[in-house]
Amino acid sequence: MPAKHKSVETKWYEAREAVMRTVPHLGRRDFFNVMGASAAAIMAKGLLPPHSFQLVEVAHAQAPKPEKFTFAYVSDTHLYSPKLNDQFIRAAMRAVEDVNRLDPQPDFVLFGGDLAQLGAKEELDIGRQILKDLKAPLRMMVGEHDWYLDMGDQWRDYFGKETYSFDHKGVHFVVLMSVMEKDFWTARGLTPEQRMKTVAGLDNSTQSAFEVGAPQRQWMSDDLAKVDKKTPVVVFSHSPLYKYYRNWNFWTDDADEVQAILKKFDNVTVIHGHTHQVLSNRIGNINFHGLLSTAWPWPYAPEGLPKLTVAMDRSNPFSPLDGCGDGRIDMNADGLADMIYNLWERNPMTVPASYLKSLGKTNLPSATMLKTY
Amino acid sequence: MKRDILVACTLALLFAVAGAIAQQRLETIVTLCDNETEIVIAGLKPGQALEHGAAFQVADRFMDEWKKKNPGSNWIMAMNMKPGPPIAMQVRRTAAAEPVSATKQAGVYSGFTAADEFIWKTELDKFVAEGNRIFHDAQAVGGTIGVSCDMCHPNAANTHPETYPKYQVQMQKVALLRDMINWCIQHPAKGKPLADDDPKLRAMEAYIMAQRAGKAMEPGKH
Ligand code: HEC
Repeated sequence: MPAKHKSVETKWYEAREAVMRTVPHLGRRDFFNVMGASAAAIMAKGLLPPHSFQLVEVAHAQAPKPEKFTFAYVSDTHLYSPKLNDQFIRAAMRAVEDVNRLDPQPDFVLFGGDLAQLGAKEELDIGRQILKDLKAPLRMMVGEHDWYLDMGDQWRDYFGKETYSFDHKGVHFVVLMSVMEKDFWTARGLTPEQRMKTVAGLDNSTQSAFEVGAPQRQWMSDDLAKVDKKTPVVVFSHSPLYKYYRNWNFWTDDADEVQAILKKFDNVTVIHGHTHQVLSNRIGNINFHGLLSTAWPWPYAPEGLPKLTVAMDRSNPFSPLDGCGDGRIDMNADGLADMIYNLWERNPMTVPASYLKSLGKTNLPSATMLKTY
Repeated sequence: MKRDILVACTLALLFAVAGAIAQQRLETIVTLCDNETEIVIAGLKPGQALEHGAAFQVADRFMDEWKKKNPGSNWIMAMNMKPGPPIAMQVRRTAAAEPVSATKQAGVYSGFTAADEFIWKTELDKFVAEGNRIFHDAQAVGGTIGVSCDMCHPNAANTHPETYPKYQVQMQKVALLRDMINWCIQHPAKGKPLADDDPKLRAMEAYIMAQRAGKAMEPGKH
C-alpha cells in the first residue's frame, strides 16, 4: 500500500517500531535520543510520532490560510567522485528519498549549495543525477565548493544563472551567489585546483571573506524596487547573510549592506546553507535560518553564535549520519517561515517564525541534551 | 610576538658574531638566523651589546631585508620548513656564552635565557605545524576517501583533548586522546590506525592540544 494511504496511527506505530528495533545497538547518546523520542511520543498522545517529519504540519493546521505552502530543502551534499568516496553520495540519495516521501509534496525543493566537494565535473554530474530523482521542482543555489575550480562554468552550464528571483504564491524569492571572494590566488600563483582546495578549507587565513559584491547588490536593489513592502520576501544565500565567525568564513562581508536593501519589507526570511548546523537569528526585520548538511555537521564556532540559536546536540562521532539531515520550510499566511529540521538520528526540531519574531519569548524550540563546550 | 623572537635571535647572534670577529674592526657584521641575510652595524665594537632600542632597529632592518627577499612569506613558518639543521641549534651555542649574573642563582632550571625559550618555542611550533599539516591532509593522515580531519574539526574544534582520558562506550574502554584520533582515522577517514609512537600521531596530538591551550583539564568529561 503506498505511503500516502496509511493512517496517522499506522505511521506512528511503524515509526515507533523502527525506533525500538534500533535499541539493542544503542550507544549512550543514542539511548538518550530514544528516551527523548519516547517521551515526546507519550506527550503527543499518538498525534506526533517520534519521527514526525511529515506530520509537524498538524501543529499548524488549526487556521488554514489560502497562501500557506511548504517547500523542502537538501543542502551541502559535498559529493566526491564515486570511485573515491560514495558515503556522501548515499547520504544525498537518502535526502532525496526523504523529500520524495513528503506527503503532501512540497511546492518545490531548494538545493542550498555545495553540491560538489571540489567543483569537479564528475562531482557535479553525480549530483545532478541524484537531484533528478526529486519529484518536486528544483531550485538551485551555488556554493563555494561548486565554484572555485572553474569559477562556476560547469555549474552554470548545468543549472543556469546563479543569481535570480521568482514569485510563488504571493512570496518573492531571491537567490544569491553570496560566496564571491576577492582574488587571493593570482598574486600567489595558485592553480585552479589549489584555489579550490584553499576555499574548501575553513580554518586557513589565506582566502578572502565571502561577499555578495556591489554588482549583485545593485541587481538586488533593482529587483526589489518593483516589489511592494508588504510582500513577504525570502532570500536564499549560501553563506549566512550576517557576521557570525570570520575565521571559518561563517560570514558575509557585505552583510550589512545587503540587510539594508531588505529593510523596507515587513517580513523577510533569509535561508542559508554552508554552516552545517541548526542556526537561527533575527536582525532588525529579518529572520535567519541555517540549513543542515547531508554530509557532515560542523561544530558551533567558538564565538559569535547568535543568541536566538537553540543549538542542536553535539554530534555522535560513532554515528556518521548524526547531525546531518534535510528539512522543510512551512510558509505561513503572514509570509514568515517556520523551519523544520529533519535530523536523521534525532527528533525533528522546529524553529517557528514566531519564536524569532518574539525574540525568543514564545515557542521555544526543544533544548539540546549535550551542550557544546 | 614575531618581532620579539627576532630580537632575541638578533641579540643572541650579536654575541656570537661579535665574539668571532677580529678585535681591530670597528664594525660588526650580523647574520640573521636564516644564515644568509647580513647587516653591517657601523660603530659597534665586537663584543659590545646593542642597546634595547637599537636592537629593535636592527631586528626591523633584518625583517625588511628578509621580506624583500621572500615576498608574501611568513618568517616563523619559513624558518621551520627550511631543510638542514634547525636554526635553534645555532642559537643554542651562543646561549652558554652569556654570563650569569652574580645576583642570580644558577642551576639547571634557573639559567634560562630568551634564546633558550626561543629554541623551545621554535621546536614546539615546528612540531605543532607538522601536526597541523597532517590534520589538514587526507592523504598524510592515511585516509582513503579524501576526508581530512579539519573538514569536521576546523581549528581542531570539538576534539576536546582536555576531556581525556575518558570512558568511550563504543570502544568499551577508557580511551586516551590518541585512541580517539585513531578511531577517527579508521572511521570518518577510512584509514589504518597509527602506532602509538608514530610521529604523525604524536604531531597531531601536539596540534590538537595546542589549539585548546588554556582550557582546564577535565578528564572523564562527556
Ligand atoms: C566526518 C566528520 C569527521 C571527521 C572527518 C573527523 N571527525 Fe573526529 N569527530 C567527529 C565528530 C562528530 C565527533 C564528536 C564531536 C563531539 O563530541 O562534539 C568527533 C570526535 C573526535 C574526537 C573526540 C572528541 C571528544 O569530545 O571526545 C577526536 C579526538 C577527533 N574527533 C579527532 C579527529 C581526527 C584526528 C580526525 C582526522 C583523522 C577526525 N577526528 C576526523 C567527526 C569527524
